[in-house]
Amino acid sequence: MQTEVNPSKLTPGHPEKSTLEGRNKILGVWFFLGGECVLFASLMGTYLGLRGSTAGGLSPQELFGFELVLVMTIILLVSSLTSVIGVLALQRLDYAKMQLWFGITVLLGLAFLACEIYEFVEYVHLGLGYTTSAFSSAFYTMVGFHGAHVLFGVGWIAALIFRATRIGIDETNAPKFYVASLYWHFIDVVWVFIFTIVYLMGMVG
Amino acid sequence: MSNQAVQTQTSYATSSSSGFWSTLWEWLTTVDHKKIAILYLLGGGFFFILGGIEAVLIRIQLIYPEFDFVSGSTFNELITMHGTTMIFLAAMPIIIGLMNAAVPLQIGARDVAFPFINALGFWLFLFGGLLLNLSWLIGGAPDAGWTAYVPLATQAGSGLDFYLIGLQIAGFGTLMGGINFLVTIINMRAPGMTLMRMPFFTWNTLITSALILFAFPALTVAIFLMMFDRIFGANFFDVSSGGNVIIWQHLFWIFGHPEVYILILPAFGILSDVIPTFAKKRLFGYSVMVFATVLIGFLGYMVWAHHMFTVGLGPVANSLFAVATMTIAVPTGIKIFNWLFTMWGGRIQFTTANMFAIAFIPSFLIGGVTGIMVSVPPADYQYHDTYFVVAHFHYTIVGGTVLGIFAGLFYWWPKMFNRKLNETLGKWTFWLFLIGFHLTFFIQHFLGLWGMPRRVFTYLDGLGLNTGNFISTIGAFFMTAAVIIFLVNIVITARKDVLTDSDPWDGRTLEWSTPIPTPVYNFAQIPRVRAKDAFWEEKMAGNKNLPPAEPLGPIHMPSPSFKPFLMSFWLFVSGFGFCLHSFFESNVIPFTIGAIGLVLFFATMLAHSLQYDSGYHIDPKDIEGQNKGVDA
Repeated sequence: MQTEVNPSKLTPGHPEKSTLEGRNKILGVWFFLGGECVLFASLMGTYLGLRGSTAGGLSPQELFGFELVLVMTIILLVSSLTSVIGVLALQRLDYAKMQLWFGITVLLGLAFLACEIYEFVEYVHLGLGYTTSAFSSAFYTMVGFHGAHVLFGVGWIAALIFRATRIGIDETNAPKFYVASLYWHFIDVVWVFIFTIVYLMGMVG
Repeated sequence: MSNQAVQTQTSYATSSSSGFWSTLWEWLTTVDHKKIAILYLLGGGFFFILGGIEAVLIRIQLIYPEFDFVSGSTFNELITMHGTTMIFLAAMPIIIGLMNAAVPLQIGARDVAFPFINALGFWLFLFGGLLLNLSWLIGGAPDAGWTAYVPLATQAGSGLDFYLIGLQIAGFGTLMGGINFLVTIINMRAPGMTLMRMPFFTWNTLITSALILFAFPALTVAIFLMMFDRIFGANFFDVSSGGNVIIWQHLFWIFGHPEVYILILPAFGILSDVIPTFAKKRLFGYSVMVFATVLIGFLGYMVWAHHMFTVGLGPVANSLFAVATMTIAVPTGIKIFNWLFTMWGGRIQFTTANMFAIAFIPSFLIGGVTGIMVSVPPADYQYHDTYFVVAHFHYTIVGGTVLGIFAGLFYWWPKMFNRKLNETLGKWTFWLFLIGFHLTFFIQHFLGLWGMPRRVFTYLDGLGLNTGNFISTIGAFFMTAAVIIFLVNIVITARKDVLTDSDPWDGRTLEWSTPIPTPVYNFAQIPRVRAKDAFWEEKMAGNKNLPPAEPLGPIHMPSPSFKPFLMSFWLFVSGFGFCLHSFFESNVIPFTIGAIGLVLFFATMLAHSLQYDSGYHIDPKDIEGQNKGVDA
């Protein structure tokens, strides 16, 4: 199967915006992220309303530790940086560097997920199940929704990397990588809010 | 052009020509906005009839005091399903169908921004709606009201799972439609079509889409929370474990109030196109109308707690939300006056479309005035949960949205189906529907003031409610007759010859400038827009059509795809699996089906993502003269 796209037409700069399809995709994802803001705001509002409702179970102060969450935060922030470097490589049409940096982004995302799974397993061992209290349901749902978004992002970027191995960088691929990186930044920003509101505020009570 | 692209084009050319199965396949795989519009009308029309039957059964039960036509529990199912069906599965899809039919043509585009996602949005809506209605056959329909307040809803039977997951799937579809129209309108307008030259229906589609984008995620979260409560034993709404039932009400109405503007703004847009067309005058106060629409959209997002005055949020919250609510009357009033001034001094043609549009104004006005009444918190304590509120929102949704939809259907029918609906039958529909509507709902204001609570399945004799309820039910029969005549009209019209005049209303906007039937690529050459009401201005200047903005050349088209149908089907399977959890002792079987459906959904998504398909090209010179338009 061949495509009609002629990669030689691409010039360094903004290959992601070289077609109308690409510009549509970028604007569409910006709007999608706008909707996602409402989604996470609703979840955060719910969490804030229920974080004191421990029903005799463990409370945020008894539960949260600083070290692991800090490590997770650093991992995710760095992964945002690596995706930026990946996009810069894309805009220079540097295929190898782009694949490398997006590959590192995927690995960092997986590392973050591993930490999150470890964290949740620990909490369950400590006695905080999903059904323990309204706080526990809200906590696992809030953080779990973010984790599911990270998982989806990891799968998305991995699929793009795989897809690019067959056609390199072209005008259909460029916007795909660009919007995946937009999404990835968004996930990162949401985590900054979770780190602050759920964890830091939870630790000081 | 590659070999594959040529092949796709050939298969497209043959598929539209012959045979039931190839026609079916063509419709299942279409990504053409004009065909998706028709699919939305069919789907929305089907659910409208379903919801209408439910309404008639409700009214028959209430015709006499202590009547036993249906049982109390069936009545609860009927009111829940009537409200849910009409709002999510009838009104919104028909509106989105009209948007699909008109908006790309109005802005001079060849399709929407994301044709694949457009198809996906339709199939998600359809499968979501089917899942919801499957509850009638399996374990009983949801019965906690369309608002599904907790804890009633968390403790209700299996029908609520169908309600939650069905709406979740349909909601995803609507959200995709919203993003699609936002990007289409912002990025794909023809050269010269500035924002302030856009046809008004397009403006209202833009604002409606923004409301969809920012309202639906709140519903998504609300539904997820209740799903997790019901299926996984979470405690969001379980007070004994620290949960809070008010969270549901907030999230539901943060979605639910913008939703009523999602329903009414497109109807405002239809009016703003229909009234100038049939008054032969440009829309009065175009820029003020834009301002009013944006303001209604903005304020509509800020007033959700007026549904919760009686919850006890306190005088400060109630006052703020009351004032914000009353403010909406100002831009709405501006619109009403601008429509009247548009007609003032015009040569008004009383076509069916225009009659529906004109009847909209006083009918919706009554709904607006009662809206101001219920926005006053102390008074609302009296109106709350009575038939006064039922009358109020039916005046806005039926007297507003439905009359607007009828106007839009009669107006755009020639564009969508290449045939004019019969005007005589149309006027029968109009008068029967209008009289029936006021007969049904006007008296309900008084029933409410006389003390009849909403959502009760019967009432006692001797309370003074008998006559009012009897009149109301008779009105419902009138509306039924009107809808039946409309359906007959559709059948008769479908057998008529195709119109020869592509501009039957002497229209003002770009959709009337395309040939009949509209080619699959809409415009052989993208037009150049030089004014508001661009087509009308060109006709006034003595031109036959708009000047082209580009030379003739091969037109890029997206490939048809079966994957939108398939993805929606897998999500349906997954949702059905999770709905089964209350029918099994252990969760193994339901969760396995649910997981398999989800995996197949994501696998199909991945397959689509990994596919290298950049569509195909049509050379307009090759197909000139052939009947390539939408024909149904």
